[in-house]
Amino acid sequence: MKRKHKRLTFVAIGLLALGVATALILTAFEDSIVFFYSPTQMIEQDVPPDRRLRLGGLVEENSVARTDNSGFVRFKVTDMVHSTPVVYEGILPDLFREGQGVVAEGRLIDGVFRADEVLAKHDENYMPPEVADALKESGKWEEFKGAMTQGDPSAMPAN
Amino acid sequence: MITEIGHFALILALCVAIAQSVVPMVGAQRGNTAWMDFAAPASIGQLFLVGVSFAALTHAYVTSDFSVLNVAANSHTDKPMLYKVSGVWGNHEGSMLLWVLILALFGGAVGMFGRNLPPGLKARALAVQAMVAVGFLLFVLFTSNPFERIPAEMVPLNGRGLNPLLQDPGLAFHPPFLYLGYVGFSMAFSFAIAALIEGRVDAAWARWVRPWTLAAWCFLTVGIALGSWWAYYELGWGGWWYWDPVENASFMPWLAGTALLHSALVVEKRDGLKAWTVFLAIVTFGLSLLGTFLVRSGVLSSVHAFATDPTRGVFILALLLITIAGSLALFAWRGPSMKAGGLFQPISREGSLLFNNLLMSVGTATVLLGTLFPLLAQAFDYKVSVGPPFFNSVFVPLMVPMIVAMGIGPLLSWKRADLMPALKRLWFVAAMTLGAAALTGVMVGEYLVMSMVGIGLAVWLAGGTLAEFVGRTRLSPKRMAHTPRSAWGMTLAHLGLAVAIAGMTGAGLWEQERVLVMRTGETASIGGFDLTLDGVDSRPGPNYEATRGTFTARRDGDEVVVLTPEKRIYPVEGRPTSEAAIHSMLAGDLYAVIGDPQGDGHVVRLYWNPLVPWMWVGCLIMVAGGTLSLTDRRYRIGAPRRSRLRAAAQPAE
Repeated sequence: MKRKHKRLTFVAIGLLALGVATALILTAFEDSIVFFYSPTQMIEQDVPPDRRLRLGGLVEENSVARTDNSGFVRFKVTDMVHSTPVVYEGILPDLFREGQGVVAEGRLIDGVFRADEVLAKHDENYMPPEVADALKESGKWEEFKGAMTQGDPSAMPAN
Repeated sequence: MITEIGHFALILALCVAIAQSVVPMVGAQRGNTAWMDFAAPASIGQLFLVGVSFAALTHAYVTSDFSVLNVAANSHTDKPMLYKVSGVWGNHEGSMLLWVLILALFGGAVGMFGRNLPPGLKARALAVQAMVAVGFLLFVLFTSNPFERIPAEMVPLNGRGLNPLLQDPGLAFHPPFLYLGYVGFSMAFSFAIAALIEGRVDAAWARWVRPWTLAAWCFLTVGIALGSWWAYYELGWGGWWYWDPVENASFMPWLAGTALLHSALVVEKRDGLKAWTVFLAIVTFGLSLLGTFLVRSGVLSSVHAFATDPTRGVFILALLLITIAGSLALFAWRGPSMKAGGLFQPISREGSLLFNNLLMSVGTATVLLGTLFPLLAQAFDYKVSVGPPFFNSVFVPLMVPMIVAMGIGPLLSWKRADLMPALKRLWFVAAMTLGAAALTGVMVGEYLVMSMVGIGLAVWLAGGTLAEFVGRTRLSPKRMAHTPRSAWGMTLAHLGLAVAIAGMTGAGLWEQERVLVMRTGETASIGGFDLTLDGVDSRPGPNYEATRGTFTARRDGDEVVVLTPEKRIYPVEGRPTSEAAIHSMLAGDLYAVIGDPQGDGHVVRLYWNPLVPWMWVGCLIMVAGGTLSLTDRRYRIGAPRRSRLRAAAQPAE
């Protein structure tokens, strides 16, 4: 094999790997990208029923209910204009609190968001950027920030 | 007073770093020995000054000096001493100071132990290292000063405490290890830039770069494993990897660093793949910086996110762009001048290393794309997130051929090899692989194909590695004694990965989870165990109040273990944490979490996580292999001087 051919072998392998990766990426993007919705968008837009979505906003005050012995928790997520009811089975993250930002992942079924994941956060001052944007869009961001009585948000990155 | 000394020392360190980034570089260009010799003492001085600064901040934490804003915001007198100290890096400002300290530590180590280095290379590498330090010292001093004081009349009586999730031994040591890894790659980067300026990469260069990269890789492996372990037992969700942006931020430099480790080997032994190795060194450190940016700026929504400040993100982004754009421009200019030596056939040790390098790079690129895609989409006003399904269906398949090649590669000889003899030595391993996959197929119901592939790969890799070891030593003690430690290191590291792959397969695919409300006296079954809730009581801790559930786990009526998960409330910080109770066995982890009261019972989450301990053990074996390789004779005796270069370019084994 000539030197040129050897190099070509590896270029070919590299391109093949890239090609396979692209094919994998394109097929995976079809069904693994999760779109983010605010409660207002859930109502105003057509939400595909069988797709996984993320819902973000504030946990509505006095909406968290643990009613029965089934392990289901019900609460509402709001952008202070509209709210979406959520059902979740499991233990809520430690920093889940009424009036604070939350992101849940799951599916919208008959107007109820069935969450299979409520994203944990490690710092109560942390506000997921999508939730902040959702509040800005609903025009309630300033109002929310005014209501937050915490001092300076001391950042606590762990890594 | 001590705090002011710390602040002052940091400013002095900046001055030293500026001088260190200019004087030796100019000296090396002009051939001025005196100017070049300035690099080593400057790097040691910089380490001393940053060390003083870090010690001053630690002092403020240990003595609970609440007139320092950073201490008041992140510490409390009631905190155990371990967490007072780990609190130093449990916040943004302090952790950036640790970043800079480790940067200075690596530079200082080269200054102290690099006597054998060619003077020009040493001067330039230390100058580049100092340039990086200048950027980060400016960042700390101007955007994240940990020494900021609170006006005397406003000094609080006590601090606000440390985020309880961070009050954990696993996390106390997670950041230092992670930074030793991230920042350790700066050494390979500095050497790469120095080599580009010199226009020369050779075996002596690689013999210097490899131990630094290997050390950084070991630290990063420990750091990632600790972080994953912490998330597993502290967050109470039973998972260990979520393909979250913050996790990917540490995983990408690890992947690129692993590739670098292997391509530097080809430079060292065969004088080949030079430009590629330099490029990988730049990319690896670039990904470390990108990781720092992603974590600090909060541009991406992460499950592990902490409150962030956008102005800091902009600063790091600028540093990142300058570093990457500058070094890639330099690479584009000088890279082509690097003469390729060490020709080899596609089927050879080098060929298999390059093959794996290509797959790992493509894998890194897909992780990068998945991590940054939400940012790209945001530019077009789409809000999306890319979760585990994407990475599992893109990254994992790419790694399958890589692991297959890993089983064969070490059996191939350098330069030119025959595939058939190698494969002949592996027929037994192949039979075992098929047998293990078939056995898995019989035993597992769910995820049949993936389980078979995962276990098959683990057996194949372990078998191939052992076959190579047996072929090399023929199991004679004399031959084993003469086996270089780097070869032992390779065997161990590859075996460790095999164990970890088995663990990930079990933990990722066969997990069983139950969420239910349990009352005292009730029993629930999971993974073949019966767990009875004996009671729930409250107990005080040093700086928290705990609700503790007591479960007795039985198997076929025999008591196995008593599990006591807790939910703790930290009154100072006003936050709860869940402490999962985990019983580790060879076959897996029995895992219990207690949640809030519901109805007349408590919500509990029970998991059976098969093979999870294998992942941690596998990571430990990998690190042991890396460490063993680091003690190899050729690194201890010192790198060859350039005059011996021709001899060193021969394969060492």
